[in-house]
Order: sequence, then structure tokens, then C-alpha cells
Amino acid sequence: MPFSPRKVLRALPLLAGLVLTGCAVEGSGPQSQKLAAVKARGQLVCGVDGKLPGFSFVAPDGRYQGFEVDLCRAVAAGVLSDPAKVEFRDLSASERFAAVNSGEVDLLSRSTTMTLSRDAAGGNALSFAPIHFYGGQAVMVNAGSGITSLKQLAGKPICVTTGTTTELNLADRMRELNAAYMPLKFQNDGQTYGAYLQGRCVAVTSDRALLAAKRSSFSDPKAHVLLAGDLSKEPLAMGTVNGDPAWADAVRWIAYALMQAEESGITQANVEAKLAEAQADSNQADLRRFLGVDGQLGQQLGLPADFVVQVIKAVGNYGEIFERNLGVNTRINLERGTNRQWTDGGLIYSPPFR
Amino acid sequence: MAPSVTPWWRNRRLIPWLVQAAVGLLVLVLVAFLLGNLVQNLAAAGLLLTWRWIGNPAGFDIAGSWLPFSADQPYWWALLAGLVNTLRVVVIGLIGASIVGTAVGVASFSGNALLRGLARVYVELIRNIPLLLQLVFWYFVVFLSLPGGAQAIQWPGVVLAQSGLYLGMPELVNGVWQAPIRLSVEFAALLTGLIVYISAFISEVVRGGIASVPKGQWEAARALGFSPLQTLRRVVLPQALPVIVPGLNNQYISLAKSSSLAIACGYADLYSVAETTLNQTGRAVEVMVILLGAYLAMDLVISALMNALNRAVQLRSR
Repeated sequence: MPFSPRKVLRALPLLAGLVLTGCAVEGSGPQSQKLAAVKARGQLVCGVDGKLPGFSFVAPDGRYQGFEVDLCRAVAAGVLSDPAKVEFRDLSASERFAAVNSGEVDLLSRSTTMTLSRDAAGGNALSFAPIHFYGGQAVMVNAGSGITSLKQLAGKPICVTTGTTTELNLADRMRELNAAYMPLKFQNDGQTYGAYLQGRCVAVTSDRALLAAKRSSFSDPKAHVLLAGDLSKEPLAMGTVNGDPAWADAVRWIAYALMQAEESGITQANVEAKLAEAQADSNQADLRRFLGVDGQLGQQLGLPADFVVQVIKAVGNYGEIFERNLGVNTRINLERGTNRQWTDGGLIYSPPFR
Repeated sequence: MAPSVTPWWRNRRLIPWLVQAAVGLLVLVLVAFLLGNLVQNLAAAGLLLTWRWIGNPAGFDIAGSWLPFSADQPYWWALLAGLVNTLRVVVIGLIGASIVGTAVGVASFSGNALLRGLARVYVELIRNIPLLLQLVFWYFVVFLSLPGGAQAIQWPGVVLAQSGLYLGMPELVNGVWQAPIRLSVEFAALLTGLIVYISAFISEVVRGGIASVPKGQWEAARALGFSPLQTLRRVVLPQALPVIVPGLNNQYISLAKSSSLAIACGYADLYSVAETTLNQTGRAVEVMVILLGAYLAMDLVISALMNALNRAVQLRSR
């Protein structure tokens, strides 16, 4: 069903669950109920966008593909030692938090901007994994419209998807400019971009990378330009349910493993060789710990000792995932920019594995 | 005969009362149990109901709000603006659907076979396609395909452009239409969709009501020299109304509830505003309570009005 404006009613199962269950909400115990549940089920349920080229979409062969899909597969590889054991659920922007909090999905990997209120227990009550994409909000207009700045959008209709940070940032920036505008809000991106392409809106706004990704699927991508200048910071991160720190830790360190692997020069192609090298050479302490030859890093997280090896074998390191899905050789054509390793002047930085 | 005392379990006054009390108590205990669970679980999840957020600035804008609204006004005002937008489409929709529905219902009794056939096709086509699809059709296929600017469709006093419907004396100023009354294209699409959809059901209610009037009444009126229109107005409809009104009640409530599909065509109704509010504040349960309460209240008011109307038409027919 492509259009379902009543999707927010999916929050109702959460309400019903809270009304009907006598026991506490899943994942609030001292042990990680979620990690145990995922292992027992033998499958990870991952909430994704599903319609966003480069990030998560269904490829012509029917398989899910994209940056955020690979992150889901990485977590499945780390926890279950099999990247194929993932069930993907397409979520709209407005139903995603209810889906995590009600336990419908174990993991949210859906271009979700990390903010205070989404993290806080009194807000959307998510627990965020490390930021895997540093982006900013941009505005896309028709190349022939002559619009070059936000100010020129005063009084004009702007299409935006509801339930996003984008919606608020747009309101804030227009208030700063003291410019009235007309937000046309839709529940899913299909409708938002549909109305924009039909000419109902002069502009459409979202994360710069997401706009570029969407534009690549337009029939004439060159007819649309992104205005210079970001409206906001949009750091994207995976999310898990609040109150299950052990599960959040497992997801967090699998994400860090991707970043650390790139820094350590471990790739999908050479991970087996690196493992053999580590096993043969007892002086390579860092590498031995990272790949689970020595120490108990995996065990401390409740994961297999070789979880890093499994993850890298499945999806490659952070840089490989980026280049494969979003990089300059793809349709999306994104530079690494701020998403380079910290050793190259970027912001991607993993704490030590020890 | 010795006076026998009836044992209490055979007391015809006491037993029904006891059963009522027992059922009432059971319901109370169940409700208390469910509410207790809700509060306990919300507390465990750190989500106790609070209403303080409702006074915070909303921080988002509402396009086409009838109430004056800007982003620095509080959430409750935003929700009220959404409710007013919903009421606007519901009230105009009820009137429009009643007129179209009655016309189509009456047309299905026409002596003209073409008119009769068209009325049947209209009803069968419209009521068998989901409303959501129809709204998407009206918005994306019909209204957004309208030409804009000087190419807009112009009738005396009315202009229909991609940006909206302009009534009064529309003027083209710098390529933008200006008029005293401007309906956004989102509003127009939603209103059209609701009127077309609900009128198909209303026409069936009207048709059933008219069919319930004995054929002899038509013939008697004709024998007395009434014209077909007079027959309908003076003889048939007054007798059909007691049958029609209860059925209309259902359709009116259905229209009010269906208006929550507005977000499919970008119209900022109560549901759309509530959804934005929910995502900004994370207060899912509170926002749901407000939404459920608002739609319930609106439908109860419609029901009460229709019941009053029902009593009026029932009395008059006796």
C-alpha cells in the first residue's frame, strides 16, 4: 500500500501493548532482553526507509541495498554471524519512533538525525549509535526558477515531509529571515516529491545527501539544483530502544568496528589475511584484540569473539560501504567531505578497541 | 394457604438489580486494571502523561490556517487551528455531499433512462473505489495538472488554477492570482474527494427512502394533478425523510472521520497537525488522546444534531 495517511495509528499497538501487558516494557531489565531476543529469533528486524536510493531501497533484483541497509547487515553479521539474517521493514518518517519503542523493529537505520529530544527519555526515547553520516539540510529548486537564496522563497509553497527535523529547521530559518512561507506537508516522500515535481511547490527541502539521492531518481536530474548553504546540521545515526544499554552497546561497537577497520586498513578483501597475520604474530596486540584473537572484547558485549571479522567479511569497512553506496562512482555521486576519517581531516573517529 | 416467603434468589426485583451491579462492577474492575497497567507501564518507560508541553511554542507553520497562526504560538493553538481546518472541510463537505447525494438519489427514479443509468454508474463506480485512492487521484491527477498563471481556467468571477480556486473578482497580478476568496488546491481536492465519495452513499440512502414510499402515493398525487416535482416535494420526500435521516447520520459521521485522510493531499487538518505535534514532542499517548477525543466529540455532536432532526421529521409525519 503506497499511501497510508493513517500510519501514525501504528502508535496504537504501542498504546494497546502498554495497556494490556502486565509486565515491564521489553528491554528494561538489567540483562539485554533485546540481544537475547534477536539471538533466539535468529533474525534481526531492521527499520529502514526503503525508498531512498543510496541509503536504502529495493534494487531491481528485489534485494535491499544501500548505506543504511549495509549497516543493518553489519549488525546482523556481528550478532548472528550471518549478514543475510535481516528482515527489513519500511517505515515512514512519522512511524519510525513508535516502531522502535513498541519493539516492532530491533534497530532503526532510517536516515534519522540525532537530536536531544529524540535521545531523551521524555522525548522520543531513543538510544543512538555513533553518527555514521554528517550531513546538512538543503533546499532543492527548479534550475530555471532563478531562485538562489532562501529569502526568495518568502510567501512561496515549500514541500516537506512531516515528522522530520527538516520541518522544524525550515520554520526556524524562515522565522530568522522574517519571511512568511507556506509549508505543504505530506506523510511520505513519494507524495512530497510528487507534489514538487508537479510544480505545486517552488522548492522541496530535506538533507542534502537525501535530496541528491532523490534527484538521481528523477527523469531529468539536471533540471533541479540544490541551493548553497546548509539550513542545519543533520548528523544521521542508528537508533535502538532506550533502556536496554547492553543492546545499544552491541550496536554502537559494531558501528565503531566499521570505522576502526577503515582506520586500521582492514578491508573486506584482506580481512582473512589480516586475521591469519594476527594469529601468526603475537606482537600485533592491537590487531589481535580487534579481530578477537586475544582478549574478551566480544564476550563483554555478549557477541561472538570474532564479531569484527564477521562484520568486515560481510560488508567491508566504513569507507567501502560509503564508496559502494554513495561515493563518487555511484549515481548519488557524493564526496566523502566531513565523512572522511579523522586521520584525513574528517569527523569519523572510533574510540579504541580495548 | 400459608403465606410463603419468596427466597431472595427468586426475587424478581432483586436479581436483575444484582446482575446489573455485578456486570457494572466487572466493567469497573477491568477498566481500573487496564488504566492501572497503562499508568504503571508508562511510568516504567518514563512516559507518564504530562500536558505541560501543550503550552510550548509549536515551532512549525500551518499552511492555509483559518485561525491566525505563526510558529511561535503554542501547540494547543496549533491543534485548534487544525481542528478549525477540519471543521471547515467537514461542514462544507456535509452540505455539498447532501446536495449531490440527494440529486443523484432522486435521479435514480427519473423517467429518463439515460439519467437513471448515469446515476447507477456514478454510485457503483464511486463507492467501490477506496477513498484514499480517490483523494490521491483528485489531488495529483486532476488538481495538480491544472494550468497556472494566465493559462488558468477562467469563468466569470471564478478562476481555477494549479495554485487554487479563486472566487470573487480574480485578478492576475505579476503572474499571481488575487481574489477575495481563495481556496487552496489541497482544500479543493479534499473537499471534492469527500463530497463525491460520501454523496454516492447518501444517494443510496435517499434512493432507499424514496423506494419505501408506496407506489400508490405517487399515483394518487398524479391523479390529483401534481407535477412530478410537486409530487416529490409535497408527497414523497416528507414520507421518505423518516427513513432517510437515520441513514444520513451514518454517512455524515463517516464523512467527518474520513476527513482525517486529508494529509494524503497535503491539507493541514487536525490529524496532520497532530502528527507533526506528535513527532516534535514525542508525546504519542497524549496526542492520541486529544485526537481520539476530538473526533469522538465531533461525531457525537453530528449524531446529536441528526437525532434531533430525526425526532422532528418523525413527529411531522404522524
